[in-house]
Amino acid sequence: MEQILLGAVSLGLLWSIMTLGVYISYRILDVADLSVEGSITLGAAICAGMITAGGNPVLALLIAFIGGMGAGLVTGLLHTKLGIPALLSGILTMIALYSVNLRVMGVSNVSLLRMPTVYTLIGELLGTSKTVSIMIAGSLVAFALVFILYWFFGTEIGSAIRATGNNPHMVRAQGINTDTAIILGLMLANGLVALSGGLIAQSQNYADVQMGVGSIVIGLASLIIGEVLFGRHGFKSRLLSMVFGAITYRIIIALVLRLGMPADDLKLFTAITVALALSLPRFSAYLDTIKASLKGGRRHA
Amino acid sequence: MLKITGLTKVFNPGTINEKIALDQVDLHLRPGDFVSVIGGNGAGKSTLLNCVAGVYRQEAGSILLDGQRLDRLPEHKRAKHLGRVFQDPLMGTAADMEIQENLALAARRGGFRGLSWGVTASEKAEFHTRLAALGLGLEERMSVKVRLLSGGQRQALTLLMAILKTPKLLLLDEHTAALDPKTARAVLALSDRFISDLGLTCMMVTHNMRDAIAYGNRLIMMSQGRIILDVNGEDKRQLTVEQLIHLFSSRSGEQVNNDRMLLG
Repeated sequence: MEQILLGAVSLGLLWSIMTLGVYISYRILDVADLSVEGSITLGAAICAGMITAGGNPVLALLIAFIGGMGAGLVTGLLHTKLGIPALLSGILTMIALYSVNLRVMGVSNVSLLRMPTVYTLIGELLGTSKTVSIMIAGSLVAFALVFILYWFFGTEIGSAIRATGNNPHMVRAQGINTDTAIILGLMLANGLVALSGGLIAQSQNYADVQMGVGSIVIGLASLIIGEVLFGRHGFKSRLLSMVFGAITYRIIIALVLRLGMPADDLKLFTAITVALALSLPRFSAYLDTIKASLKGGRRHA
Repeated sequence: MLKITGLTKVFNPGTINEKIALDQVDLHLRPGDFVSVIGGNGAGKSTLLNCVAGVYRQEAGSILLDGQRLDRLPEHKRAKHLGRVFQDPLMGTAADMEIQENLALAARRGGFRGLSWGVTASEKAEFHTRLAALGLGLEERMSVKVRLLSGGQRQALTLLMAILKTPKLLLLDEHTAALDPKTARAVLALSDRFISDLGLTCMMVTHNMRDAIAYGNRLIMMSQGRIILDVNGEDKRQLTVEQLIHLFSSRSGEQVNNDRMLLG
């Protein structure tokens, strides 16, 4: 059981980087960006391709981040410059990336068994087990990113991106190019998602062209869990809540699997959870109406 | 300073819903002109402002600001020269950002935005003074999200943001129409104070004939996409609401059928 929990926490840390990316597109930019499904695999594919070719696993992560930014750039250009709705732009990039990812990997599944990864490097350096190495690398990257994102969104450019997601009219009236702001935000978001994909591939010792399927829903589930359970006061606590949300999601999944839910039903379970969480405001409004009418009814009776 | 020549804007051209919103409008503003723009619904007042601001591209004509072709620039580049306040108090500010963050965005209008801190300490001190001058107590709430402000407070903030970096031209698009009468008067008085203190050139769209007469040194009346009346100086000072109504019906061939124009 302890092993399962440790595994869930370490996996959650790696996925939290993806959740931070989803937070940028979905919450800050107010764009439901589906290209993340492709860019998480792109990050994995780049790492797998580079490591099997004898490349440095750390450098591979950097290239994965840059590759993801490229994917975000494509989605951003489709949306802003060509006027394609954001949702469709993301889907187009996601579909295109499927072919790109196959090209990068050469085959649909690349094994990294017995090859150097960031975790084996840490293991050699500190003599830690693989799970502990993953936790070290994961928390190092996740918390460094929280710090960097907190700084970035406090800068002039970061403020412009936040304002664009909030009120594009006002932003243009203040002399900010909303197209550029959206593109920059999507690049950053997809860069983080690809970085996360690279870290995940290195931890599970393979990259698979299908691994991104449903990842947006996992990202949203983690995001909502984070927002509901952990701080919503202040930007820093909201970023941190993404990390804890992703970890909590993994723990929940580990527990329901332990309780005997078939792994094949996992995506259905996640989708239902997210649907329920997203519809919560509606439900509570509906309940309020019922309560109010019940009260009113009693008074008249 | 602002020179509009033959400005024509058509919505839905070539369709059954085609509407000529601006029909060969010529307008020349002198530096320091404070023009109130009145007219009925659909007269083209807001369209005129939005064409200057770059929200719409015109079908024909040109807009020059200090000799520069404004109409060739995208909206965000025109913003360098323009301060804008909108009818909807929600439109001029970012609701989920702090008061000081909104002001900091406005302080960088037309300037470079890099990786320096979004709100600096010296700016905070300046914003504190500027907000205190509004007399709304906002200077004590600088890190409060704008969402929590009332419509009047948001509109006063938007106005301050519009003039924080002195604009060449201030565009007020019915900016008091959505406010209650008392708040509307306060925001209007504040606008007037800023305009005279800074010597701004301003176009103010209003539905309210009384405000149009009371404020500004010049008044233009629009109907069906044309300017049908343009008075300034002493002639404008002598105007009364009755005269305006008479002028409106004689020049436009329409009756004043808008309660807001009459009663405001």
